[in-house]
Amino acid sequence: MARPCRPRAEHLRAKPCFLQLQLSHSPRSLPLRRERGDRVPWLQQRSSCSATLGGCCSAGPAPAGPSLRPRARPLQPPPLQDYISMRAPRPGRPPRTPYPGLRRSRPGAGSTALRMPAAGRGQAEAGPPRQGELREPRRLPPHSPAPPAAAQPAALALVILLSFASRFHRLAEPPHVCWDETHFGKMGSYYINRTFFFDVHPPLGKMLIGLAGYLSGYDGTFPFQKPGDRYEQHNYMGMRGFCAFLGSCLVPLVYLTVLELSKSLPAALLTAFILIFDTGCITLSQYILLDPILMFFVMGAVLSMVKCNSCADRPFSASWWFWMSLTGVNLAGAMGVKFVGLFVVLLVGLNTMHDLWDLLGNLSLSLVMFGKHLLARVLCLILLPLALYTAMFAVHFTVLNKSGPGDGFFSSAFQSQLIGNNLHNMSVPEHLAYGSMVTMKNLRMAGGYLHSHWHLYPEGIGARQQQVTAYLHKDLNNLWIVKKHHSDTDPSIPVEFVRHGDIIRLEHKETSRNLHSHQHEAPLTRKHFQVTAYGINGTGDSNDFWRIEVVGRKAEKLIRVLRSQVRLIHVATGCILGSSGKILPKWGWEQLEVTCTPYLKETPNSLWNFEDHINPKLPNISLDVLKPSFAEILLESHMVMIQGNTALKPKDNEVTSKPWHWPINYQGLRFSGVNETDYRVYLLGNPVIWWLNLVTIGLYLLITVSTAVALKRGVQLTSEHKGEVKILKSARTLKHLLRQREKLWKKCIGRLCDQWLLKSLITPLPEISEQEWV
Amino acid sequence: MLGFLKEPVILTVEINMNVMVLTLMGLISRLWRLSYPRAVVFDEVYYGQFVSLYMKRIFFVDDSGPPFGHMLLALGGYLGGFDGNFLWNRIGAEYSMNVPVWSLRLLPALAGALCVPLAYQILVELQFSHCAALGAALLILLENSLITQSRFMLLESILIFFILLAVLAYLKFYNLQKHSSFSGSWWFWLLLTGVACSCAVGVKYMGLFTYILLLTIAGLHFWHVIGDQNLSNVSLMCHFLARTLALIVIPVAMYVSFFYVHLTLLYRSGPHDQIMTSAFQASLEGGLARITQGQPLEVAYGSQITLRNVLGKPMQCWLHSHTNTYPIRYENGRGSSHQQQVTCYPFKDVNNWWIVKDPGMQQLVVSNPPRPVRHGHIVQLVHGITTRYLNTHDVAAPLSPHSQEVSCYIDYNISMPAQNLWRVEIVNRESDTDVWKTILSEVRFVHVNTSAVLKLSGASLPEWGYRQLEVVGEKLSKGYHQSMVWNVEEHRYGKSLEQKEREVELHSPTQMDISKNLSFMAKFTELQWKILTLKNEETEHKYSSSALDWITMDTNIAYWLHPTSSAQIHLLGNVVTWTSANVAALVYVCLSLWYLVRRRRKIYDIPEDAWQLWVSAGGICVGGWAVNYLPFFGMEKTLFLYHYLPALTFQILLIPIVLQHISDHLCRSVLLKSMFTALIVAWFSSVYFVYSTFSPVTYGEPSLSVTELKDLRWKDSWNILIRKQ
Repeated sequence: MARPCRPRAEHLRAKPCFLQLQLSHSPRSLPLRRERGDRVPWLQQRSSCSATLGGCCSAGPAPAGPSLRPRARPLQPPPLQDYISMRAPRPGRPPRTPYPGLRRSRPGAGSTALRMPAAGRGQAEAGPPRQGELREPRRLPPHSPAPPAAAQPAALALVILLSFASRFHRLAEPPHVCWDETHFGKMGSYYINRTFFFDVHPPLGKMLIGLAGYLSGYDGTFPFQKPGDRYEQHNYMGMRGFCAFLGSCLVPLVYLTVLELSKSLPAALLTAFILIFDTGCITLSQYILLDPILMFFVMGAVLSMVKCNSCADRPFSASWWFWMSLTGVNLAGAMGVKFVGLFVVLLVGLNTMHDLWDLLGNLSLSLVMFGKHLLARVLCLILLPLALYTAMFAVHFTVLNKSGPGDGFFSSAFQSQLIGNNLHNMSVPEHLAYGSMVTMKNLRMAGGYLHSHWHLYPEGIGARQQQVTAYLHKDLNNLWIVKKHHSDTDPSIPVEFVRHGDIIRLEHKETSRNLHSHQHEAPLTRKHFQVTAYGINGTGDSNDFWRIEVVGRKAEKLIRVLRSQVRLIHVATGCILGSSGKILPKWGWEQLEVTCTPYLKETPNSLWNFEDHINPKLPNISLDVLKPSFAEILLESHMVMIQGNTALKPKDNEVTSKPWHWPINYQGLRFSGVNETDYRVYLLGNPVIWWLNLVTIGLYLLITVSTAVALKRGVQLTSEHKGEVKILKSARTLKHLLRQREKLWKKCIGRLCDQWLLKSLITPLPEISEQEWV
Repeated sequence: MLGFLKEPVILTVEINMNVMVLTLMGLISRLWRLSYPRAVVFDEVYYGQFVSLYMKRIFFVDDSGPPFGHMLLALGGYLGGFDGNFLWNRIGAEYSMNVPVWSLRLLPALAGALCVPLAYQILVELQFSHCAALGAALLILLENSLITQSRFMLLESILIFFILLAVLAYLKFYNLQKHSSFSGSWWFWLLLTGVACSCAVGVKYMGLFTYILLLTIAGLHFWHVIGDQNLSNVSLMCHFLARTLALIVIPVAMYVSFFYVHLTLLYRSGPHDQIMTSAFQASLEGGLARITQGQPLEVAYGSQITLRNVLGKPMQCWLHSHTNTYPIRYENGRGSSHQQQVTCYPFKDVNNWWIVKDPGMQQLVVSNPPRPVRHGHIVQLVHGITTRYLNTHDVAAPLSPHSQEVSCYIDYNISMPAQNLWRVEIVNRESDTDVWKTILSEVRFVHVNTSAVLKLSGASLPEWGYRQLEVVGEKLSKGYHQSMVWNVEEHRYGKSLEQKEREVELHSPTQMDISKNLSFMAKFTELQWKILTLKNEETEHKYSSSALDWITMDTNIAYWLHPTSSAQIHLLGNVVTWTSANVAALVYVCLSLWYLVRRRRKIYDIPEDAWQLWVSAGGICVGGWAVNYLPFFGMEKTLFLYHYLPALTFQILLIPIVLQHISDHLCRSVLLKSMFTALIVAWFSSVYFVYSTFSPVTYGEPSLSVTELKDLRWKDSWNILIRKQ
């Protein structure tokens, strides 16, 4: 843990002094209870600094004693010029004060109000006069919210204790696979066994699960076949414990975030307790799932962002760098667990842009300084996360070096790197020859093997001939024989190689039908021609002829297996064989569509390479040249993930929930217990909390709008101080809440997990509730 | 007394000849030989069938949009005296003599022509020079794709017209706002904004986005009004109320009124009835109403009923049973109860009849007086023809193993007792003692023993179940889903005591007399809901394209090909205009960012009012382009190039704005300025050149030779039809 922005020791020291001081010199202000300056600390801090303390606050921590004196002075309003000069530096970027405790009763926060709702023009007209009014009163908060000095660490300890206790309670129950543990546990096992697999999410979450399992002695042998399978002797507690640990960390993170935002211990405690006692969060944290990991990183990113914001007065200090790079690290973590993490990137991005925009408008900041700010952010929030993100993929691919269930999704070049794959350390005849048996792989990312099978296209979809598809898995039906277009290869004559520009015929090995195309519409891409397998025992018609061309080659060159990128041009119609990447309906077994495209565009969709090559007459040579670069692997795995994500659609009869179900706690999710005898787990949010959140959101919007309108109408010029404070508060809350809103929205978009909502909804709650108490 | 005669009566008329000439040119370009080709062109085949249905007053549902656009097209047919007798079945079919082609195509063409002066006026209202306004109007005039789209019975040109009208009206209103609030013309333009918006939304749902854009702009402007400290709170309130009335209340009211007219016009039942609920169908003339007329309203013990599933997906069907039993073993090896099948059958059949029976009594006839069934009552359902009881038990259903099998109980004398008691729950009840009513009540059947709910699973059974739809007992769901809700469609009080008589009775049609009319609002909500939720199977069309192709116009649509010659009509834009529009948008965005950053550093490159102008023009043009284009990336429907035309129109308006800005503010010297002007003239002539080059495929004549056609294929991805020799 790094040093917090405000050194705690000073903070503690300062507080008692402050209380005495307050009581001694401003007893008359006691009755006015609206004044609770603690909601706007840094602004007051700033104004008091520049107006009263003068130079003494810009330097580092000043000794406590002497600087207490000047605080008495603001009783007389400073001249207007003072105020104006004070406004010159960008509002909201206060010089640092060493007395955080002292801020509590400082008024004169006029500039905050200006900053937020101003939207440009209200600022100039509304500012100065109000300021005059504002600075005058000096009151003590009636029920002083300042907690005892030791309260904060104690509160934090309590929160952590409760949080861990609630999350680890009966963690081992039920001793069988629950809900998505069947996926993520299985993937953890893959890491331990180092077998390659494919998943639609980035690898970090599953890697961490795998690591936790590995460290706790799980050997990766449990199959995780379906929910309800008993773990028996397998050690699953390590993985569950890890998820529960991160889930428990969520509470202190939220606690610290709210504390930082509101500077109010009750608010932070309230948040923490709400989160601790939310049943949905508890359930979600207790199993081997990606969600606790994701939530941890998301909330970590928010906390470090908030911390970084409050360090904004000391740019380029150590803690500033620390929090900013921690934000970057957390962003990488969130992104690396699930792509939904992108939305927290969006939140941080907006915050940063807002920050930079403010800095740009600060004319006292030279462009060089601005450039430094910009570079620092690019470094910490873009380059660092990207590097980390890339690094976790590097680890992913290094760890998974054995062939496994995910091979077929990737290109030939990639597969040749996996131990146990038939392409690994492969030796094949190098040049393609007539009579060879081959498989052809489409070069588009996540393209399949050219495939055919005994089934015909259904009635009404093109000609009723045998289907030709692209299939992602290795299969005997992917084998084709290369033949001369007009004659069968005579086995007695020596081997003849296929050359660039030759006209060939491809015969499907299993069904002895030729690859064929004609001017019928393709099943899905109607603009293209249908591709079928046609003929009997290799005898077809002239529509079976294809001209083979190698990209970037001249005529008469030989065709190399694996390395040559090949195009097949249909001789009769001039179209090119390609795979559109669309998924055929049930009749096509949900394989990918293969078409013949009349548009001669150069895309990987219409390029193929030969992968397997079997020809007993030719000598095998070893091919070690294929090694794809890491960048290629990275790009390819992302394309495969994106395709996988788009293919994820709920099937009929599947349990799904709609986004609007989530915030209203419409229905839960059955985690375990299909039969009545089982240990049953049901994921359901605490309705009191969830519904209260909805109410506070509405309330918040109401307050914001009414305050903004009042401000715009210039109400604050005439109204009393209390209106002012209210505005200040809602203005300040608005900012936080806007952020919360974005988060909420982000969560809503998340696939199924209503549970996330919860957390983002909770954070605003205490802010609002506190406001109402005021 | 006659003092007023002392002064001569002088009428001063100010006519902007620019506008007049532009309108005239627009009319010529859009209306020239409008009834050629006298054949069905592209989507006319789609909209035409609705025009015919309007002429015949037959009810239909079209999920592509609200009915206002269709009604306008039908208005053209009505004025031309169309009787609706034409078979709209294929593109290219020759129109018969009774089809008034000219008047059917007139309204879209007029709307397309009026877009030209509208573009002019919009730029004038945005405070740009008449020169720039003229340029915008000419670009719209010479845009081949807009011409093609306007000349046929299609909706895009009408949509664009209303969108532009709304924008223009709002600008007029906004400019009046500054000095003459609440004047007559202020009100006129404000109201016109709302009306035009609702018309745009009424033509196609895409209009909604422009409406939202205008609402946002109006909101922003009103925010400035709030900041005006000279206005009293009362007048502020008046401003607010006036805007709410004109921009929200009136559009909503008009939108509803479109449906009112639609439903009033279409009172006959037709081919689309089946997707509506029974109650809706019963309100149409003919169709179901003929059958259900005169049925007894209240379902009583002994009633003979047919039960229709409310969901209507994948197709409407009725609860059905027949003598065949479930196979002892399914294909996957699971066992069944081997009892009589219960399915949902999509056709009317005598096997759809069920009899409501009181578990405590044996008789299957209605007593006198009838004892009505109420919410919460427990009944047995007896299949009319086989007299077996509807039953469910803890056996997995054939296709949905997580649910219970539903069967008609056969006693095999094994230890499997009949569980045939069902509790009737009226979903849309008003009180807990509601009577179960024919057609109106939506009912759930809850199994008493297992509390499973009778549900249509949507899967269709294999060969042994004759591909009928599977019915299951759903144990899990507590929530409401339409697949679990049934309503009584045909109903009569059973009178026959003997099974033989009863069979005869079941075969005979129902008859009696009560009418059930739905209120307009009920019909409206139902129809609206169906339009929004009806999903046609997504099919890729030969000319469909992705939204990304549109910017660069990588795609075209062949609208029509002459049956013998190679005369043809394509939706193809003016390449120069499209490219320049993209460049203009890019320049606009880059320049704006540049200015914005510099202004932040307090460096002002252009005067403040020029900046305001620049921002407001961009807000409308770039905003209009974005809201009409970007939503398509999130849509899962078949997209065509013509969907881009509204966005394109806004983008075209941006070209003269950017050009004028460059010439005013960036060309500092006179020499530069005159060079720039020369450049613009050259560019304009290239626009005209491209227009005239492509006009043969825009207007469909003259017929071009093969080489000429090949020369027109400027991009490889364009599909220009060339006949094989």
